[in-house]
Amino acid sequence: MAAARAIWKGVVHVGTLTIPVKLYTAVKEHTVHFRLLHKTDKQPVKQQLVNAGDDPIEYAEVKKAFPIARGRLVMLEKEELEKLEPKDSRDIEVTRFVDVGDIDHRWYERAYYLGPDGSEKNYFAAAAALARKQKEGVARWVMRDKSYVGALRAEDGYLMLITLRHAEEIIAADALKPPGGRPLAQREVEMAGQLLEALHDEFDPTQFKDEYRERVMELIETKAAGRKPKVVKFRPKKESDDITDALAASLAGMKTKKAARG
Amino acid sequence: MRPFWSGTITFGLVTVPVALYSATRPRGVALKMIGPDEAPVRRRYICSKDGKVLDADEIVRGYETEKGKYVVITDDELEAIEPRKSREIDLRVFVDVDDIDPMYFNRAYFLVPSGGTNKAYRLLAEVMEKKKQAGIATFVMRAKEYLVAILAENGILRAETLRFSDEIRKPEDVGLPEVPKVGPADVKKFEAQIARHAKKVNLHEFLDDYTERLEKLVAAKERKKADIVKAPTDLRDEEDAGGGEVVDLLAVLSRSLGGGSPPARKPARKASGTAKKKAPAKKSAAAKKK
Repeated sequence: MAAARAIWKGVVHVGTLTIPVKLYTAVKEHTVHFRLLHKTDKQPVKQQLVNAGDDPIEYAEVKKAFPIARGRLVMLEKEELEKLEPKDSRDIEVTRFVDVGDIDHRWYERAYYLGPDGSEKNYFAAAAALARKQKEGVARWVMRDKSYVGALRAEDGYLMLITLRHAEEIIAADALKPPGGRPLAQREVEMAGQLLEALHDEFDPTQFKDEYRERVMELIETKAAGRKPKVVKFRPKKESDDITDALAASLAGMKTKKAARG
Repeated sequence: MRPFWSGTITFGLVTVPVALYSATRPRGVALKMIGPDEAPVRRRYICSKDGKVLDADEIVRGYETEKGKYVVITDDELEAIEPRKSREIDLRVFVDVDDIDPMYFNRAYFLVPSGGTNKAYRLLAEVMEKKKQAGIATFVMRAKEYLVAILAENGILRAETLRFSDEIRKPEDVGLPEVPKVGPADVKKFEAQIARHAKKVNLHEFLDDYTERLEKLVAAKERKKADIVKAPTDLRDEEDAGGGEVVDLLAVLSRSLGGGSPPARKPARKASGTAKKKAPAKKSAAAKKK
Protein backbone atom coordinates (compact mmCIF):
# COMPACT_ATOMS: atom_id res chain seq x y z
CA MET A 1 0.00 0.00 0.00
CA ALA A 2 1.29 3.45 -0.84
CA ALA A 3 2.22 5.66 2.07
CA ALA A 4 -0.64 7.85 3.24
CA ARG A 5 -0.51 11.61 3.04
CA ALA A 6 -0.08 13.50 6.27
CA ILE A 7 -3.03 15.75 7.07
CA TRP A 8 -1.13 18.18 9.29
CA LYS A 9 2.33 18.96 10.64
CA GLY A 10 3.22 20.12 14.12
CA VAL A 11 5.71 19.99 16.96
CA VAL A 12 5.00 18.10 20.19
CA HIS A 13 6.38 19.89 23.27
CA VAL A 14 7.15 17.71 26.28
CA GLY A 15 8.61 20.01 28.90
CA THR A 16 11.78 21.30 27.25
CA LEU A 17 11.93 18.54 24.62
CA THR A 18 10.42 18.80 21.16
CA ILE A 19 9.26 16.20 18.63
CA PRO A 20 8.49 17.37 15.07
CA VAL A 21 5.60 15.22 13.81
CA LYS A 22 3.25 14.59 10.93
CA LEU A 23 -0.35 13.64 11.61
CA TYR A 24 -2.05 10.75 9.77
CA THR A 25 -5.62 9.58 10.17
CA ALA A 26 -5.78 6.12 11.78
CA VAL A 27 -9.45 5.50 11.04
CA LYS A 28 -10.88 5.08 7.58
CA GLU A 29 -14.63 4.60 7.53
CA HIS A 30 -16.22 2.46 4.86
CA THR A 31 -19.65 4.02 4.61
CA VAL A 32 -21.98 3.74 1.63
CA HIS A 33 -22.84 7.29 0.64
CA PHE A 34 -26.34 8.05 -0.48
CA ARG A 35 -27.71 11.28 -1.85
CA LEU A 36 -31.13 12.74 -1.29
CA LEU A 37 -33.15 12.91 -4.48
CA HIS A 38 -36.38 14.47 -5.67
CA LYS A 39 -38.75 11.50 -5.92
CA THR A 40 -40.30 12.29 -9.32
CA ASP A 41 -37.30 13.30 -11.43
CA LYS A 42 -34.52 11.54 -9.44
CA GLN A 43 -32.44 14.70 -9.31
CA PRO A 44 -30.34 15.60 -6.26
CA VAL A 45 -31.95 17.97 -3.78
CA LYS A 46 -30.22 21.01 -2.37
CA GLN A 47 -30.76 23.10 0.70
CA GLN A 48 -32.08 26.61 0.54
CA LEU A 49 -32.29 29.24 3.25
CA VAL A 50 -35.52 31.22 3.48
CA ASN A 51 -36.91 33.94 5.75
CA ALA A 52 -40.25 33.90 7.54
CA GLY A 53 -41.97 34.99 4.33
CA ASP A 54 -40.41 32.05 2.44
CA ASP A 55 -38.15 34.32 0.35
CA PRO A 56 -34.74 32.80 -0.40
CA ILE A 57 -31.78 34.33 1.43
CA GLU A 58 -28.11 34.11 0.50
CA TYR A 59 -25.82 32.60 3.12
CA ALA A 60 -23.69 35.78 3.08
CA GLU A 61 -26.68 37.76 4.37
CA VAL A 62 -27.20 35.50 7.35
CA LYS A 63 -26.13 36.65 10.80
CA LYS A 64 -25.56 34.48 13.80
CA ALA A 65 -27.31 34.91 17.13
CA PHE A 66 -27.03 33.30 20.53
CA PRO A 67 -30.33 32.46 22.25
CA ILE A 68 -30.40 33.80 25.81
CA ALA A 69 -33.45 34.00 28.04
CA ARG A 70 -36.68 32.78 26.49
CA GLY A 71 -37.49 34.58 23.30
CA ARG A 72 -34.41 36.81 23.18
CA LEU A 73 -31.25 36.60 21.11
CA VAL A 74 -27.89 38.35 21.18
CA MET A 75 -26.73 39.17 17.65
CA LEU A 76 -23.10 38.36 16.89
CA GLU A 77 -21.11 40.00 14.11
CA LYS A 78 -18.78 37.94 11.93
CA GLU A 79 -15.77 39.89 13.19
CA GLU A 80 -16.75 39.23 16.79
CA LEU A 81 -16.94 35.49 16.14
CA GLU A 82 -13.65 35.46 14.25
CA LYS A 83 -11.95 37.05 17.23
CA LEU A 84 -13.01 34.10 19.39
CA GLU A 85 -11.22 31.59 17.20
CA PRO A 86 -8.02 30.18 18.64
CA LYS A 87 -4.72 31.49 17.34
CA ASP A 88 -3.08 29.44 14.64
CA SER A 89 -0.12 27.45 15.84
CA ARG A 90 1.99 24.36 15.09
CA ASP A 91 2.49 23.49 18.74
CA ILE A 92 1.09 20.38 20.40
CA GLU A 93 1.53 21.17 24.07
CA VAL A 94 1.61 18.24 26.51
CA THR A 95 0.25 19.62 29.78
CA ARG A 96 0.46 16.51 31.97
CA PHE A 97 1.01 12.77 31.99
CA VAL A 98 -1.58 10.45 33.48
CA ASP A 99 -1.74 6.69 34.03
CA VAL A 100 -2.92 4.67 31.07
CA GLY A 101 -6.58 3.90 31.77
CA ASP A 102 -7.24 7.09 33.77
CA ILE A 103 -8.97 8.63 30.77
CA ASP A 104 -12.05 6.50 30.28
CA HIS A 105 -12.59 5.29 26.72
CA ARG A 106 -15.82 7.29 26.49
CA TRP A 107 -13.66 10.38 26.07
CA TYR A 108 -11.90 9.03 23.02
CA GLU A 109 -13.18 10.41 19.76
CA ARG A 110 -10.83 9.82 16.84
CA ALA A 111 -7.38 8.29 16.56
CA TYR A 112 -4.46 9.69 14.58
CA TYR A 113 -0.98 8.29 14.07
CA LEU A 114 1.92 10.61 14.54
CA GLY A 115 4.93 10.02 12.36
CA PRO A 116 8.40 11.56 12.73
CA ASP A 117 8.90 14.69 10.64
CA GLY A 118 12.63 14.75 9.92
CA SER A 119 14.59 13.55 12.93
CA GLU A 120 13.38 10.22 14.34
CA LYS A 121 15.44 10.22 17.53
CA ASN A 122 13.09 12.03 19.90
CA TYR A 123 9.99 10.52 18.32
CA PHE A 124 10.92 6.91 19.06
CA ALA A 125 12.49 7.79 22.41
CA ALA A 126 9.23 9.43 23.53
CA ALA A 127 7.17 6.43 22.41
CA ALA A 128 9.49 4.08 24.28
CA ALA A 129 9.38 6.23 27.43
CA LEU A 130 5.55 6.38 27.44
CA ALA A 131 5.32 2.61 27.05
CA ARG A 132 7.85 1.94 29.82
CA LYS A 133 6.18 4.32 32.25
CA GLN A 134 2.65 3.19 31.28
CA LYS A 135 1.58 6.80 30.90
CA GLU A 136 -0.24 8.88 28.36
CA GLY A 137 0.04 12.62 27.82
CA VAL A 138 -2.81 15.14 27.76
CA ALA A 139 -2.11 17.33 24.76
CA ARG A 140 -3.64 20.57 23.45
CA TRP A 141 -3.29 21.98 19.98
CA VAL A 142 -5.00 24.12 17.38
CA MET A 143 -5.64 22.63 13.96
CA ARG A 144 -7.57 24.41 11.20
CA ASP A 145 -9.01 27.12 13.50
CA LYS A 146 -10.19 24.64 16.10
CA SER A 147 -8.67 23.75 19.43
CA TYR A 148 -8.32 20.12 20.40
CA VAL A 149 -7.55 18.14 23.51
CA GLY A 150 -6.09 14.72 22.93
CA ALA A 151 -4.37 11.78 24.54
CA LEU A 152 -0.78 11.21 23.42
CA ARG A 153 -0.22 7.46 23.58
CA ALA A 154 2.36 4.87 22.68
CA GLU A 155 1.14 2.07 20.43
CA ASP A 156 3.53 -0.66 19.32
CA GLY A 157 6.50 1.68 19.44
CA TYR A 158 4.73 4.53 17.64
CA LEU A 159 3.03 7.68 18.90
CA MET A 160 -0.71 8.17 18.57
CA LEU A 161 -2.90 11.14 19.27
CA ILE A 162 -6.54 10.41 20.12
CA THR A 163 -8.80 13.44 20.18
CA LEU A 164 -10.98 13.67 23.29
CA ARG A 165 -14.55 14.82 23.64
CA HIS A 166 -15.37 18.01 25.46
CA ALA A 167 -16.49 17.73 29.08
CA GLU A 168 -20.00 18.96 28.32
CA GLU A 169 -20.54 16.23 25.73
CA ILE A 170 -20.32 13.42 28.24
CA ILE A 171 -23.27 12.42 30.40
CA ALA A 172 -21.85 10.79 33.51
CA ALA A 173 -23.23 7.34 34.28
CA ASP A 174 -23.90 8.45 37.86
CA ALA A 175 -26.11 11.32 36.64
CA LEU A 176 -28.74 8.66 36.02
CA LYS A 177 -30.53 6.33 38.40
CA PRO A 178 -30.43 2.69 37.32
CA PRO A 179 -33.77 0.95 36.83
CA GLY A 180 -35.00 -0.55 40.07
CA GLY A 181 -37.26 -3.41 41.09
CA ARG A 182 -37.44 -6.44 43.28
CA PRO A 183 -34.04 -7.91 44.11
CA LEU A 184 -32.79 -10.38 41.53
CA ALA A 185 -32.95 -14.06 42.38
CA GLN A 186 -29.51 -15.30 43.40
CA ARG A 187 -29.94 -18.44 41.32
CA GLU A 188 -30.59 -16.41 38.17
CA VAL A 189 -27.56 -14.22 38.80
CA GLU A 190 -25.43 -17.36 39.14
CA MET A 191 -26.82 -18.94 35.99
CA ALA A 192 -26.35 -15.73 33.99
CA GLY A 193 -22.76 -15.63 35.29
CA GLN A 194 -22.19 -19.18 34.08
CA LEU A 195 -23.62 -18.30 30.69
CA LEU A 196 -21.26 -15.31 30.39
CA GLU A 197 -18.32 -17.49 31.35
CA ALA A 198 -19.26 -20.06 28.74
CA LEU A 199 -19.35 -17.32 26.11
CA HIS A 200 -16.16 -15.60 27.29
CA ASP A 201 -13.38 -15.13 24.76
CA GLU A 202 -10.56 -12.81 23.74
CA PHE A 203 -11.49 -9.58 21.97
CA ASP A 204 -10.85 -10.32 18.31
CA PRO A 205 -12.35 -7.61 16.10
CA THR A 206 -11.22 -9.37 12.92
CA GLN A 207 -14.00 -11.93 13.55
CA PHE A 208 -16.62 -9.31 12.79
CA LYS A 209 -17.21 -8.04 9.30
CA ASP A 210 -19.48 -5.33 7.99
CA GLU A 211 -21.56 -7.76 5.92
CA TYR A 212 -24.44 -5.34 5.69
CA ARG A 213 -22.41 -2.95 3.59
CA GLU A 214 -21.69 -5.70 1.07
CA ARG A 215 -25.37 -6.52 0.90
CA VAL A 216 -26.29 -2.88 0.35
CA MET A 217 -23.89 -2.80 -2.58
CA GLU A 218 -25.43 -6.04 -3.93
CA LEU A 219 -28.89 -4.50 -3.57
CA ILE A 220 -27.77 -1.45 -5.52
CA GLU A 221 -26.31 -3.62 -8.30
CA THR A 222 -29.45 -5.75 -8.45
CA LYS A 223 -31.66 -2.70 -8.81
CA ALA A 224 -29.31 -0.99 -11.25
CA ALA A 225 -29.57 -4.08 -13.46
CA GLY A 226 -33.35 -3.75 -13.34
CA ARG A 227 -33.90 -6.90 -11.26
CA LYS A 228 -36.15 -7.22 -8.22
CA PRO A 229 -34.40 -7.54 -4.85
CA LYS A 230 -35.07 -10.56 -2.62
CA VAL A 231 -37.09 -9.99 0.52
CA VAL A 232 -36.13 -11.82 3.70
CA LYS A 233 -38.62 -12.13 6.55
CA PHE A 234 -37.64 -11.63 10.15
CA ARG A 235 -38.56 -14.30 12.67
CA PRO A 236 -37.83 -13.12 16.18
CA LYS A 237 -36.65 -15.60 18.77
CA LYS A 238 -39.48 -16.92 20.88
CA GLU A 239 -39.61 -14.80 23.97
CA SER A 240 -39.66 -16.58 27.25
CA ASP A 241 -41.27 -14.92 30.24
CA ASP A 242 -39.44 -17.14 32.63
CA ILE A 243 -35.80 -16.11 32.87
CA THR A 244 -34.83 -19.15 34.91
CA ASP A 245 -36.12 -21.44 32.17
CA ALA A 246 -34.42 -19.41 29.46
CA LEU A 247 -31.09 -19.46 31.33
CA ALA A 248 -31.34 -23.18 32.04
CA ALA A 249 -32.14 -23.94 28.42
CA SER A 250 -29.26 -21.71 27.23
CA LEU A 251 -26.78 -23.43 29.53
CA ALA A 252 -28.03 -26.86 28.49
CA GLY A 253 -27.63 -25.83 24.85
CA MET A 254 -24.06 -24.66 25.51
CA LYS A 255 -23.17 -28.01 27.08
CA THR A 256 -24.48 -30.07 24.20
CA LYS A 257 -22.63 -27.84 21.75
CA LYS A 258 -19.41 -28.25 23.71
CA ALA A 259 -19.93 -32.00 23.97
CA ALA A 260 -20.55 -32.30 20.25
CA ARG A 261 -17.40 -30.33 19.54
CA GLY A 262 -15.14 -31.97 22.07
CA MET B 1 -37.38 12.52 21.76
CA ARG B 2 -37.37 9.23 19.94
CA PRO B 3 -34.70 6.59 20.46
CA PHE B 4 -32.09 6.07 17.74
CA TRP B 5 -32.93 2.40 17.68
CA SER B 6 -35.13 -0.02 19.51
CA GLY B 7 -34.98 -3.77 19.54
CA THR B 8 -33.84 -6.68 21.63
CA ILE B 9 -30.57 -7.72 23.17
CA THR B 10 -30.30 -11.48 23.38
CA PHE B 11 -27.82 -13.61 25.26
CA GLY B 12 -28.50 -17.29 25.05
CA LEU B 13 -32.27 -17.59 25.04
CA VAL B 14 -32.76 -14.58 27.29
CA THR B 15 -34.20 -11.51 25.59
CA VAL B 16 -33.85 -7.91 26.81
CA PRO B 17 -36.05 -5.36 25.01
CA VAL B 18 -34.27 -2.02 24.90
CA ALA B 19 -34.33 1.46 23.39
CA LEU B 20 -31.08 3.20 22.50
CA TYR B 21 -30.37 6.88 23.19
CA SER B 22 -27.24 8.95 22.67
CA ALA B 23 -24.93 9.16 25.68
CA THR B 24 -23.21 12.28 24.41
CA ARG B 25 -24.54 15.75 23.86
CA PRO B 26 -23.62 17.53 20.67
CA ARG B 27 -20.54 19.68 20.81
CA GLY B 28 -20.61 23.42 21.27
CA VAL B 29 -23.47 25.85 20.99
CA ALA B 30 -25.77 25.89 17.99
CA LEU B 31 -26.09 29.52 17.01
CA LYS B 32 -29.34 30.62 15.39
CA MET B 33 -29.26 31.93 11.85
CA ILE B 34 -30.94 35.31 11.51
CA GLY B 35 -31.84 36.97 8.23
CA PRO B 36 -31.46 40.66 7.24
CA ASP B 37 -35.01 41.28 8.53
CA GLU B 38 -33.89 40.12 12.01
CA ALA B 39 -36.13 37.10 11.70
CA PRO B 40 -34.86 33.55 11.95
CA VAL B 41 -33.83 31.71 8.82
CA ARG B 42 -35.26 28.34 7.89
CA ARG B 43 -33.72 25.61 5.75
CA ARG B 44 -35.73 23.82 3.16
CA TYR B 45 -35.03 21.34 0.40
CA ILE B 46 -35.49 22.17 -3.26
CA CYS B 47 -34.88 20.12 -6.37
CA SER B 48 -31.54 21.09 -7.94
CA LYS B 49 -33.08 20.80 -11.41
CA ASP B 50 -36.54 22.37 -11.34
CA GLY B 51 -36.21 24.32 -8.08
CA LYS B 52 -39.43 22.84 -6.69
CA VAL B 53 -39.78 23.10 -2.90
CA LEU B 54 -39.89 19.58 -1.51
CA ASP B 55 -41.65 18.03 1.46
CA ALA B 56 -40.09 15.10 3.28
CA ASP B 57 -42.29 12.60 1.42
CA GLU B 58 -41.04 13.88 -1.94
CA ILE B 59 -37.45 13.03 -1.07
CA VAL B 60 -35.90 9.61 -1.59
CA ARG B 61 -32.47 8.12 -1.05
CA GLY B 62 -30.33 7.37 -4.09
CA TYR B 63 -26.94 5.87 -4.88
CA GLU B 64 -24.95 7.31 -7.76
CA THR B 65 -23.91 4.40 -10.03
CA GLU B 66 -22.44 6.61 -12.73
CA LYS B 67 -22.28 10.36 -13.10
CA GLY B 68 -25.79 11.77 -12.81
CA LYS B 69 -27.43 8.31 -12.67
CA TYR B 70 -29.00 7.17 -9.42
CA VAL B 71 -30.57 3.98 -8.10
CA VAL B 72 -33.31 4.70 -5.57
CA ILE B 73 -33.13 2.63 -2.39
CA THR B 74 -36.04 2.62 0.08
CA ASP B 75 -35.99 2.19 3.86
CA ASP B 76 -37.95 -1.05 3.52
CA GLU B 77 -35.41 -2.47 1.10
CA LEU B 78 -32.56 -1.56 3.43
CA GLU B 79 -34.28 -3.17 6.37
CA ALA B 80 -35.12 -6.30 4.38
CA ILE B 81 -31.41 -6.93 3.75
CA GLU B 82 -30.70 -7.76 7.36
CA PRO B 83 -34.04 -7.91 9.16
CA ARG B 84 -32.65 -9.80 12.13
CA LYS B 85 -29.72 -7.50 12.78
CA SER B 86 -32.02 -4.49 12.46
CA ARG B 87 -33.99 -5.66 15.48
CA GLU B 88 -31.63 -7.77 17.53
CA ILE B 89 -28.24 -7.46 19.16
CA ASP B 90 -27.25 -11.06 19.69
CA LEU B 91 -24.44 -11.31 22.22
CA ARG B 92 -22.51 -14.49 21.49
CA VAL B 93 -19.12 -13.40 22.78
CA PHE B 94 -18.22 -11.70 26.05
CA VAL B 95 -14.78 -10.14 26.53
CA ASP B 96 -12.97 -8.31 29.32
CA VAL B 97 -13.74 -4.61 28.96
CA ASP B 98 -10.04 -3.76 29.37
CA ASP B 99 -9.23 -6.11 26.49
CA ILE B 100 -10.80 -3.73 23.95
CA ASP B 101 -8.24 -1.47 22.29
CA PRO B 102 -9.29 2.17 22.89
CA MET B 103 -8.64 2.96 19.23
CA TYR B 104 -11.79 1.02 18.42
CA PHE B 105 -14.28 3.06 20.43
CA ASN B 106 -16.48 5.36 18.42
CA ARG B 107 -19.72 6.53 20.08
CA ALA B 108 -21.58 5.79 23.28
CA TYR B 109 -25.31 5.20 23.69
CA PHE B 110 -27.42 4.45 26.75
CA LEU B 111 -29.76 1.48 26.60
CA VAL B 112 -32.99 1.73 28.56
CA PRO B 113 -35.41 -1.14 29.22
CA SER B 114 -38.41 -0.94 26.94
CA GLY B 115 -40.38 -4.09 27.70
CA GLY B 116 -42.95 -4.71 30.40
CA THR B 117 -40.42 -5.98 32.92
CA ASN B 118 -36.86 -4.83 33.48
CA LYS B 119 -35.70 -8.00 35.21
CA ALA B 120 -33.64 -9.39 32.32
CA TYR B 121 -32.11 -5.93 31.83
CA ARG B 122 -31.04 -5.69 35.45
CA LEU B 123 -29.74 -9.24 35.41
CA LEU B 124 -27.53 -8.67 32.38
CA ALA B 125 -26.28 -5.34 33.76
CA GLU B 126 -25.46 -6.80 37.16
CA VAL B 127 -23.56 -9.79 35.84
CA MET B 128 -21.58 -7.86 33.20
CA GLU B 129 -20.64 -5.10 35.62
CA LYS B 130 -19.54 -7.54 38.32
CA LYS B 131 -17.41 -9.52 35.88
CA LYS B 132 -16.12 -6.37 34.10
CA GLN B 133 -17.16 -7.88 30.79
CA ALA B 134 -18.70 -6.56 27.62
CA GLY B 135 -20.82 -8.43 25.10
CA ILE B 136 -19.70 -8.03 21.49
CA ALA B 137 -21.99 -8.22 18.46
CA THR B 138 -22.86 -6.47 15.25
CA PHE B 139 -26.23 -4.88 14.56
CA VAL B 140 -27.83 -2.61 11.99
CA MET B 141 -29.01 0.88 12.91
CA ARG B 142 -30.25 3.42 10.38
CA ALA B 143 -29.00 1.54 7.36
CA LYS B 144 -25.51 0.92 8.71
CA GLU B 145 -23.95 -2.04 10.42
CA TYR B 146 -22.08 -1.41 13.65
CA LEU B 147 -19.70 -3.46 15.69
CA VAL B 148 -20.83 -2.84 19.23
CA ALA B 149 -19.73 -3.52 22.80
CA ILE B 150 -22.56 -3.74 25.33
CA LEU B 151 -21.33 -3.00 28.82
CA ALA B 152 -22.72 -1.97 32.17
CA GLU B 153 -21.84 0.84 34.55
CA ASN B 154 -23.79 1.87 37.64
CA GLY B 155 -26.52 -0.65 36.77
CA ILE B 156 -27.11 0.95 33.37
CA LEU B 157 -26.40 -0.75 30.05
CA ARG B 158 -24.45 1.11 27.43
CA ALA B 159 -23.82 0.36 23.80
CA GLU B 160 -20.45 1.55 22.56
CA THR B 161 -20.10 1.38 18.83
CA LEU B 162 -16.67 0.21 17.73
CA ARG B 163 -14.82 0.56 14.46
CA PHE B 164 -14.51 -2.52 12.29
CA SER B 165 -10.96 -3.86 12.19
CA ASP B 166 -10.60 -2.97 8.51
CA GLU B 167 -11.41 0.65 9.36
CA ILE B 168 -8.34 0.91 11.57
CA ARG B 169 -5.10 1.46 9.76
CA LYS B 170 -1.85 -0.10 10.82
CA PRO B 171 1.41 1.85 11.09
CA GLU B 172 2.63 0.18 7.88
CA ASP B 173 -0.54 1.26 6.01
CA VAL B 174 0.33 4.84 6.89
CA GLY B 175 3.92 4.32 5.81
CA LEU B 176 5.58 4.90 9.18
CA PRO B 177 9.23 3.82 9.34
CA GLU B 178 10.13 0.65 11.22
CA VAL B 179 10.70 1.14 14.93
CA PRO B 180 14.48 1.45 15.32
CA LYS B 181 16.61 0.68 18.35
CA VAL B 182 16.36 3.68 20.63
CA GLY B 183 19.20 5.05 22.71
CA PRO B 184 18.62 4.51 26.46
CA ALA B 185 19.87 8.03 27.20
CA ASP B 186 17.23 9.57 24.90
CA VAL B 187 14.49 7.47 26.53
CA LYS B 188 15.71 8.54 29.98
CA LYS B 189 15.36 12.21 29.02
CA PHE B 190 11.70 11.67 28.19
CA GLU B 191 11.09 9.52 31.25
CA ALA B 192 12.37 12.37 33.38
CA GLN B 193 9.96 14.81 31.73
CA ILE B 194 7.08 12.35 32.11
CA ALA B 195 7.87 11.94 35.81
CA ARG B 196 8.09 15.68 36.30
CA HIS B 197 4.70 16.36 34.68
CA ALA B 198 2.85 13.32 36.04
CA LYS B 199 -0.45 14.45 37.52
CA LYS B 200 -4.03 13.37 37.97
CA VAL B 201 -6.58 13.92 35.20
CA ASN B 202 -8.17 17.35 35.42
CA LEU B 203 -11.55 17.48 33.68
CA HIS B 204 -11.31 21.26 33.40
CA GLU B 205 -8.79 20.68 30.66
CA PHE B 206 -11.53 19.01 28.65
CA LEU B 207 -13.81 22.04 28.63
CA ASP B 208 -14.44 23.65 25.31
CA ASP B 209 -12.65 27.00 25.55
CA TYR B 210 -14.25 28.36 22.39
CA THR B 211 -17.72 27.98 23.91
CA GLU B 212 -16.42 29.58 27.08
CA ARG B 213 -15.19 32.65 25.18
CA LEU B 214 -18.44 32.79 23.24
CA GLU B 215 -20.48 32.76 26.43
CA LYS B 216 -18.35 35.53 27.90
CA LEU B 217 -18.91 37.68 24.84
CA VAL B 218 -22.66 37.03 24.98
CA ALA B 219 -22.80 37.85 28.69
CA ALA B 220 -20.90 41.12 28.11
CA LYS B 221 -23.25 42.15 25.33
CA GLU B 222 -26.25 41.22 27.43
CA ARG B 223 -25.01 43.42 30.29
CA LYS B 224 -24.55 46.32 27.88
CA LYS B 225 -27.94 45.54 26.37
CA ALA B 226 -26.21 45.59 22.99
CA ASP B 227 -27.57 43.92 19.85
CA ILE B 228 -30.40 42.11 21.56
CA VAL B 229 -33.38 41.16 19.44
CA LYS B 230 -36.64 39.56 20.35
CA ALA B 231 -37.12 36.12 18.89
CA PRO B 232 -40.29 35.88 16.88
CA THR B 233 -42.72 33.25 18.04
CA ASP B 234 -41.88 30.63 15.45
CA LEU B 235 -38.35 30.35 16.77
CA ARG B 236 -39.75 29.41 20.15
CA ASP B 237 -42.20 26.99 18.58
CA GLU B 238 -39.36 25.32 16.81
CA GLU B 239 -37.60 24.85 20.09
CA ASP B 240 -40.65 23.33 21.72
CA ALA B 241 -41.52 21.10 18.81
CA GLY B 242 -38.92 18.48 19.66
CA GLY B 243 -36.38 17.87 16.95
CA GLY B 244 -34.14 19.54 19.50
CA GLU B 245 -32.96 16.18 20.59
CA VAL B 246 -30.73 17.45 23.28
CA VAL B 247 -32.93 19.77 25.23
CA ASP B 248 -33.88 17.12 27.68
CA LEU B 249 -31.70 14.12 27.03
CA LEU B 250 -31.10 13.67 30.72
CA ALA B 251 -34.81 13.93 31.56
CA VAL B 252 -35.79 11.51 28.82
CA LEU B 253 -33.20 9.01 29.98
CA SER B 254 -34.22 9.32 33.60
CA ARG B 255 -37.86 8.82 32.72
CA SER B 256 -37.10 5.82 30.55
CA LEU B 257 -34.96 4.23 33.20
CA GLY B 258 -37.97 4.53 35.49
CA GLY B 259 -36.34 6.79 38.02
CA GLY B 260 -38.65 9.80 37.64
CA SER B 261 -36.86 13.13 37.45
CA PRO B 262 -33.07 13.14 37.27
CA PRO B 263 -31.07 13.58 40.44
CA ALA B 264 -30.14 17.22 40.97
CA ARG B 265 -27.02 17.61 38.95
CA LYS B 266 -26.59 20.37 36.49
CA PRO B 267 -25.09 19.78 33.10
CA ALA B 268 -21.52 21.02 32.92
CA ARG B 269 -22.72 24.25 31.43
CA LYS B 270 -25.93 26.03 30.71
CA ALA B 271 -25.13 26.42 27.05
CA SER B 272 -24.94 22.70 26.40
CA GLY B 273 -28.50 22.36 27.62
CA THR B 274 -29.79 24.86 25.10
CA ALA B 275 -27.68 23.58 22.24
CA LYS B 276 -29.72 22.04 19.49
CA LYS B 277 -28.56 19.17 17.46
CA LYS B 278 -28.66 19.72 13.77
CA ALA B 279 -29.17 16.26 12.38
CA PRO B 280 -27.34 15.68 9.13
CA ALA B 281 -29.67 15.97 6.16
CA LYS B 282 -29.46 12.28 5.41
CA LYS B 283 -30.55 11.27 8.84
CA SER B 284 -33.38 13.68 9.29
CA ALA B 285 -34.94 12.74 5.99
CA ALA B 286 -34.71 9.07 6.83
CA ALA B 287 -36.17 9.68 10.28
CA LYS B 288 -39.09 11.66 8.93
CA LYS B 289 -40.01 8.92 6.53
CA LYS B 290 -40.28 6.33 9.27
